[in-house]
Amino acid sequence: MIHQYKLNGYNIVLDVYSGSVHAVDDVAYDMIGMYETLPREEIISAMLEKYSDRGDVNEAELSECLDDIETLKKEGKLFSDDPYEGIVDMAAEYKRQSGEIKALCLHVAHTCNLNCEYCFASQGKYNGERALMSFEVGKQALDFLIEHSGRRRNLEVDFFGGEPLMNWDVVKRLVAYARSIEKEHGKNFRFTLTTNGVLVDDEVIEFANREMNNVVMSIDGRPEVHDRFRRDYAGNGSFGRILPKFQQFAKARGEREYYVRGTYTHYNTDFTNDLFYLYDLGFTRLSMEPVVCAPDDPCALTKDDLPVLFRQYEILAERMLQYEREGKPFTFYHYMLDLSHGPCIYKRIAGCGSGTEYLAVTPWGDLYPCHQFVGDEKYLMGNVWDGVTNTEMRDKFGHCNVYARPGCADCWAKLYCSGGCAANAYHATGDITGTYEYGCELFRKRMECAIMVEVAKSLEEE
Amino acid sequence: KRIKTIETRDLKKSAVNGGCGECQTSCQSACKTSCGVANQKCENA
Repeated sequence: MIHQYKLNGYNIVLDVYSGSVHAVDDVAYDMIGMYETLPREEIISAMLEKYSDRGDVNEAELSECLDDIETLKKEGKLFSDDPYEGIVDMAAEYKRQSGEIKALCLHVAHTCNLNCEYCFASQGKYNGERALMSFEVGKQALDFLIEHSGRRRNLEVDFFGGEPLMNWDVVKRLVAYARSIEKEHGKNFRFTLTTNGVLVDDEVIEFANREMNNVVMSIDGRPEVHDRFRRDYAGNGSFGRILPKFQQFAKARGEREYYVRGTYTHYNTDFTNDLFYLYDLGFTRLSMEPVVCAPDDPCALTKDDLPVLFRQYEILAERMLQYEREGKPFTFYHYMLDLSHGPCIYKRIAGCGSGTEYLAVTPWGDLYPCHQFVGDEKYLMGNVWDGVTNTEMRDKFGHCNVYARPGCADCWAKLYCSGGCAANAYHATGDITGTYEYGCELFRKRMECAIMVEVAKSLEEE
Repeated sequence: KRIKTIETRDLKKSAVNGGCGECQTSCQSACKTSCGVANQKCENA
């Protein structure tokens, strides 16, 4: 399977199953498009007619180009068949690996000091009671993770909520506990903190810079965009309070990883203006996600928004290249592709690992497939004392891979998205192996842009 | 002449060892809402 597209002056051809990427000229682009359906003579004839005004297009040249296409096909870099059907079960096993777990999302606070209208977690409460995780529950979760991590050396823990800084002392104690036991178990903990910024202070920044591999700071962009949804319980916007703290935090991170992470909605489909606004404020590691909510919600993205959003992603890619050339680069999370050293095929088939190697832990120690399923009792998988008791659910997620989704069979992007988010699929279709088609549309556009950026960089380096 | 192949990881060759499993769980990285497996770094070859 191949995918061809033109973007920003580049003609790009992807070979889905080998992962090969080709930048081609107009003539080769047309010939590749006809290669599988027309005989050689007809392709040459059509090209001679179409490019009759070009001196460099003659029969010998065209024949040579067809030979090149044939060579790439023989090398398995164009029109390659799917060789992975046979390893799908292995991918499921890779994902399940006898119950090995390598990441936990610790819900240290089911409460929040903001009242964001679009919050998927219903203002941090996940449709339940307000609660803070005790140190004892968190400690048991870390012990559970180590006990079930098998051969995995790198273990990830995300401090999440709600707002995790509302339970900051427990966060610090849990980090200290993890550090005290990691060496004896041959493990390496990597922590992430996701925060709305309200309680960030010098002490939080200093601790996070010492212990957190990544910090995710929630900010939506322009003040009026941010404050439309991200308000406190008195109805006051939070932008003015959090901006200086996040600027200080980002600056202090230095070379350490961080992302400012926004949500865009139907109200700001010109979201690149928010990203560029954040860039002008000094943030260079940017992430902006489409809101996921009920279709009848006023902030929901619509079908009519799609062409606007597609153009926004193109503008973002063009600006990313421009700023790189000007020596003032920024990164956009979804455009960070490593074509030559990216994920292996097992990871690409298996997906994010939710419900198998990645679990969410509630303040009470209950286990769910991921943070997006917390509060939905159907998806309760066990707890940190008894482990995963709902093994049927674990197996269901274990076999939820890109080949288990009928909607992905003919999609060129399936080995980039790995079938997408199980929670989004569930909320859109009622089935974790469904497809959230609106999200797919946006993902495909992002991948086209991300690959174009990599092609442009590669060609400019030569 | 008309086709420039960009250097990429050969996915077919990456199937040889069953995956080491040490890579970051994608949902942990930045977005928390739309899985970014493609954006992951390989801890490893």
